Amino acid sequence: MSMRQRLTGGLLSALLLLLFVPRVGAQSSAVSPSPSTDSNARLAKLEQQAADAKSSADNAWMLTSAALVLMMTGPGLALFYSGLVRKKNVLGTMMQSFALMAIITVLWGLCSYSLSFGSGNSFVGGFQNLFLRGVGAAPDADYAPTIPAQTFMVYQLMFAIITPGLIAGAFAERMKFSAMIVFMVLWSLIVYNPMAHMVWGKGGLLNAALGGRFPTLDFAGGTVVHVTSGVSALVCALYLGKRVGYPHQSMPPHSVVLSFIGACLLWVGWFGFNAGSALGAGSLATSAFVATHFAAASAAVGWAAAEWFRNGKPSVLGGISGAVAGLVAITPAAGFVKPMPALVIGLIAGVFCYWMVAKVKAKFGYDDSLDAFGVHGAGGTLGALLTGIFAASTVNPIFKDAQGNVLASGLLEGNAPQLLNQLVGVGIAWALAIVGTLAILKLVDVTIGLRISEEEEVQGLDLSQHGEEGYYWETST
Amino acid sequence: MTKLEAVIQNSRLEAVKTALQEIGVEGMTVLEVRGHGRQKGHTEVYRGREYSVDLIPKTKLEMVLADALVDKAVQAILGAARTGKIGDGKIFLSRVDEAIRIRNDERGEGAL
Repeated sequence: MSMRQRLTGGLLSALLLLLFVPRVGAQSSAVSPSPSTDSNARLAKLEQQAADAKSSADNAWMLTSAALVLMMTGPGLALFYSGLVRKKNVLGTMMQSFALMAIITVLWGLCSYSLSFGSGNSFVGGFQNLFLRGVGAAPDADYAPTIPAQTFMVYQLMFAIITPGLIAGAFAERMKFSAMIVFMVLWSLIVYNPMAHMVWGKGGLLNAALGGRFPTLDFAGGTVVHVTSGVSALVCALYLGKRVGYPHQSMPPHSVVLSFIGACLLWVGWFGFNAGSALGAGSLATSAFVATHFAAASAAVGWAAAEWFRNGKPSVLGGISGAVAGLVAITPAAGFVKPMPALVIGLIAGVFCYWMVAKVKAKFGYDDSLDAFGVHGAGGTLGALLTGIFAASTVNPIFKDAQGNVLASGLLEGNAPQLLNQLVGVGIAWALAIVGTLAILKLVDVTIGLRISEEEEVQGLDLSQHGEEGYYWETST
Repeated sequence: MTKLEAVIQNSRLEAVKTALQEIGVEGMTVLEVRGHGRQKGHTEVYRGREYSVDLIPKTKLEMVLADALVDKAVQAILGAARTGKIGDGKIFLSRVDEAIRIRNDERGEGAL
């Protein structure tokens, strides 16, 4: 026992004495009608107080996590992406992230929460929580029994905000702002809400915790967030076509400094994303926190090392891109794997995503401008499959038989069929993303048009879409 | 020897650079500049307040050419920089007396 523990222990017992001694005295002098009812009542009160204390602790962490996940979009993703574009597009790119913070929030309150987490069929939620009806202080025992349903709702909202934001990396520098808003609203309704319901919602087809048909392990949204957004990004890049001048004209990032700050904010915010997905402040949150951090670190090492080996120099952009790739890959696995498998997942993701971005993209020639597919689509798919291999029931006993005995989780524990379930989950995410995104793009294209004119593209999003400049050139003082 | 200065639209820089390289222009200096000719600027709005921007971002190229190359260079720039709209810019030509390579004191067209 350390000095500190002893001190805390001593303090605790002193406190307990102070609390209980006077009460015991008071009780002995009073005449109680029945000792057993009295102790039952006191026991019930104590239980209630213990539950309240746990609820407060969990709630504190979950509100913090919700704020951290919002920080991932603004300023995290906004900075990360806007540093990678040319300076005439810096504000337009930031605005794509920021607009989602506002628009998806409105949509979430009106109907999206209900469509994602209301009890509906296997594919989409019902209408019973429209306008947040019935989402109040009382917990929803199916999702998170220790925190107010409203906390759960606002936490999940932050995921719904960042997911479409990731797609923006694929159509950077060339999409109309108006078209982007319509696209994002429809995408959220048609792709995100059903996918979230299938994986996390009551009765969802892929839900591992609430008895889905194909239980897919997805702790914090590898399929829901990264596969859907990454694959949709690829569809967008292919449908919209290349930027004017790509790939002959060089379009280097205008400020890796901004991207660096953004990526580091993403890393920190991801603790809310992954550890927060424990939906409580217990040891599972710790485990997810640790796995998240370790995967980010080893992926940064992996990407930078691959670059160093091939180009002779490890770049800053390579290092931070690697960290993001590792965070993406560990997202589905965070609450299921131990630290050493997390290191392995990160390392594989770092090297794999580097290869996707540096080699595969060049080979096929699509203009996924900021590598939303190469990092999120590829890293998300890889992470979802690796989760099926490394998931450990000792970390998170998710599967139980009828008697409540814990069953094996991943392939390495002997549950080989789980890899098939992961494949089903990933396959559904890919299919939904491809079909949904294509349909929405077509619809927006024929109604209001997707791309800005060539002239506007040359002028930049900042001036053509918003009438501002990110870096104002002062002509007089 | 002739000094060629050209003020062009930012967006045409890549095309002009490529066209000049194709006819054998080996060196140039490129500057990001602000300015205006007859073209009027545009308006930007910040928190409801309008700001007129009359000095517009442009790209300026400077190069000193052997006389044999001048006509070809002018044609290359005209071909690559022209969009047909106001604001396409201008080309200025002027005589240069001497060129000196600092590394070895070479003089004349050989120093270009």
